Amino acid sequence: MFPYLRLGPFLLQMPLLTLLVGLWIGLTFVEREAVRLGLNKEKISSLIFYGLVGGIVAARLAYAAKYASVYGSKPFSLLSLNTNTLLPDAGLLFGILIAGIYAYRQKLPFHKTLDALAPGMAFFMIMIGVSHLLSGNAYGAPTRVPWAVYLWSDYRQPAQIYEIFFALVIFTIILSRMIPANAPGLRFIQFIGLSAIARVFIEAFRGDSAILFDGYRTAQVVGLAILAVCIVLLRNWEEKDEYESKIG
Amino acid sequence: MNNSRFVTWMTWALVLGMVWTVISRVSPDQSRDQEDSVPKEGFTAPDFTLKLLDGGEVTLSELRGKVVLVNFWASWCPPCREEMPAIESVYGSYKDLGLVVIGANLTAQDSEQEAASFAKEVGVTFPIALDTDNMVGNFYRVTALPTSFFIDRKGVIRSVIVGGPMSEAVIQSKVEELLREGQ
Repeated sequence: MFPYLRLGPFLLQMPLLTLLVGLWIGLTFVEREAVRLGLNKEKISSLIFYGLVGGIVAARLAYAAKYASVYGSKPFSLLSLNTNTLLPDAGLLFGILIAGIYAYRQKLPFHKTLDALAPGMAFFMIMIGVSHLLSGNAYGAPTRVPWAVYLWSDYRQPAQIYEIFFALVIFTIILSRMIPANAPGLRFIQFIGLSAIARVFIEAFRGDSAILFDGYRTAQVVGLAILAVCIVLLRNWEEKDEYESKIG
Repeated sequence: MNNSRFVTWMTWALVLGMVWTVISRVSPDQSRDQEDSVPKEGFTAPDFTLKLLDGGEVTLSELRGKVVLVNFWASWCPPCREEMPAIESVYGSYKDLGLVVIGANLTAQDSEQEAASFAKEVGVTFPIALDTDNMVGNFYRVTALPTSFFIDRKGVIRSVIVGGPMSEAVIQSKVEELLREGQ
């Protein structure tokens, strides 16, 4: 665990820095894949930029809306750099929505654009795991297995290590195109499906799972639902002709 | 592996995932994390007793039932100085609704006189606690100043903000959320 690094008067939040590095390297993978798929890489980069900026702004506005009585009288507080005053779910939703609107207006091909995003997103998932390792978040359940790590006053499953390992495996599969995708969009669905499987498996070792009902972990239930949707989409989007051979 | 085989493989993964989800359900005796005392969101705030600047003592566990903001600070720390009026302002507005603020001065890195002088200068009315040997600061893993812990009525840490200065809106939103829960 290494959450902060002090550099003179500056306090660097290492988990956040890791995510920024992940975003930067991930973007490189996205641009490379966009070129391979014959897409305009500048437009794909702009799509990510608008999605991110829109998502962050929406996350802050949603937080402010939740505490309207507070922010109504202090609107300049919206400009704070504090990451504790964001609503991530709202940010994710609006980020996707804004990126979708941009893609529609720029007439970007929907399925191919998703495919271009897959390797970069797979890399970003590794960095999310690393940021969890640095912050001590997404920690494991107490255990006595020999490979347990001592964290938060107990011996725990190294859930963050599992997360990094599975993300690395998925990244390798997606980047090397290990599983053929014979239609546009399938590479992206493969990434989402494999990530859902990893989440369902790893979540069982987490010590901080949100519980939906009767002891069922929310992330597992959501992961199963996503996996089911992926199976349907894999069947529906499949084409008979060999898509991979067309694009080389 | 072609797409059809991959779909079959995913379908099996879905079935096994369902079984795994059922067998890895959280049993009631597993969800005990909040009983452990760790300076981390979701855990019970570690208890401490500290002497107060104006005399007397404060014990965190005796404040159960109230929303508590523990703010670690030092008088030489510019963001600590900057955010103190905002904390005082929020304390003034919400103390009657059940907010308690403990300004935990890291006296081992500061001085009692400097702390007192600064508190007087800002007009702080909430209790200033003196962590003279840095024991509480170490226990709370305070690696940077200021660091603030927002603790709910059950004594569980709900939010940790490292660094600052926090704006009044940030403090107010965190406090309001916790105060609302008890109503």
